[in-house]
Amino acid sequence: MQHVWIVLGVLFVLLNIAAGLIWVERRMLAMWQDRLGPNRAGPLGILIVLADTLKLFFKEDWIPPFADKWVFIVAPAVVVGSVLMSFVIIPFTPQIIVSDLNVGILFFLAMSSLGVYSIVLGGWASNNKYSLLGAMRGASQMIAYEVFMGLSLMGVVMLTGSFKLGDIVNAQKDMWFVVKQPLGLILFFIAGIAETHRLPFDIPEAESELVAGYHSEYSGMKFGMFFIGEYLGITLISAVTVAMFFGGWLGWSFLPPWAWFFLKTFVFILFFILLRASLPRPRYDQLMETGWKILLPLALANLMITGAVALLVRG
Amino acid sequence: MNYLFYISSIVAIAATVMVITRHQPVHALLYLVVSFLGVAMIFLSLGAPFVATLEIILYAGAIIVLFIFVVMMLNLGRESAIQERQWMQPKTWIGPSILTAILLGELLVLLTMGGSAPMPQQTVDLKKIPLSLYGEYVIAVELTGFLLMAGIVGAAHIGRHKKKYLHRFLKQEEEAV
Repeated sequence: MQHVWIVLGVLFVLLNIAAGLIWVERRMLAMWQDRLGPNRAGPLGILIVLADTLKLFFKEDWIPPFADKWVFIVAPAVVVGSVLMSFVIIPFTPQIIVSDLNVGILFFLAMSSLGVYSIVLGGWASNNKYSLLGAMRGASQMIAYEVFMGLSLMGVVMLTGSFKLGDIVNAQKDMWFVVKQPLGLILFFIAGIAETHRLPFDIPEAESELVAGYHSEYSGMKFGMFFIGEYLGITLISAVTVAMFFGGWLGWSFLPPWAWFFLKTFVFILFFILLRASLPRPRYDQLMETGWKILLPLALANLMITGAVALLVRG
Repeated sequence: MNYLFYISSIVAIAATVMVITRHQPVHALLYLVVSFLGVAMIFLSLGAPFVATLEIILYAGAIIVLFIFVVMMLNLGRESAIQERQWMQPKTWIGPSILTAILLGELLVLLTMGGSAPMPQQTVDLKKIPLSLYGEYVIAVELTGFLLMAGIVGAAHIGRHKKKYLHRFLKQEEEAV
């Protein structure tokens, strides 16, 4: 019974965070760009969340006649489904975790690799040239960045000797892994931005060239699903970063563990938004080139050095 | 636990049948993804979570994405679906189906006779896999590495661009250097 409550609680909190991020993102973007942002509906404009959601629900949910109907419908469900499945392994506190799988990190990587399908299928099923171009960019970008996303996490796994996120957090009691694995953190975060295709790596939906990329044809709540999927993705990458590199729920005792986890996660969500506010979008070939020629070798080097040092210290 | 095994097996088999019978290549690939997920569940129910996740990461998450990528590039339209339909005539599939039906019959007979021991259900922990890969089967791993390397060299060779000059001045400039 306790499991059911944990699952429901996690779902409730996550979906509310994803909706609340609409407001947070717009207000923070406005602040960093010297504007006011939405400030009319409710205190500080927070009711914009409600207004936006209602608007999405009441818009016409249009399926273009030239689209592949069933694939078109399935695509937005895949992104939310795969991201929500990844939260199964996130340890919010020692008790609040849906399942501490012993293949934890691998499960996260597997689910995030399934997330590619939402972009690919959404773009293909729309039967629209811009969508198709966005889908192809998205697929190649996510495959390229997934490779070293896994590799960048393996340094931490080596130091802990376990794939379980619970064990990884507990291993950071004395020192956060950010100190021992700074390169791993940077690589993982870059890969995370590319995985969630957030700015500056939002090349699959680059609005200045591709209209809205893979979701040009989507409207109503189907578009809303892509939207929520993106915010959930940001939350997921932030949560994994916190659990892997910043000691998860660990912190001084004046705050409960869950508060530490959410506080740290929130800092990274804000960092995602700051990146959007400040960085221009690279060109597509530049993105692929940095991925394969710079970041992947760096991840391999990081892995090799970590392995060698771990062997020396233990040996 | 046996129920989980049978349910995921049925899903995997049904999805595989759909893969064969779909005319639209992307639909077939989607069912192939479902079939891989089913196989991953089978591994999980047999106590091999590591193999299950690898199945999803490698096959469902990377290889099939590349397949779909290629299909998208080819932009197969209605003509290819019609062609597929023409190929799905009974005379093409009836021969192999009879032969596989015979094999299936044999398998059923063997299973009902109960001659073989049931599969042992034990959890294979993560450490055992790399230890056996880099211990007992190290030669197989290295040979696979050779094979993959040959594949990469071949792909790099085929994918190499011939240098195109947009203008003869640029060519002359480069030749001068």
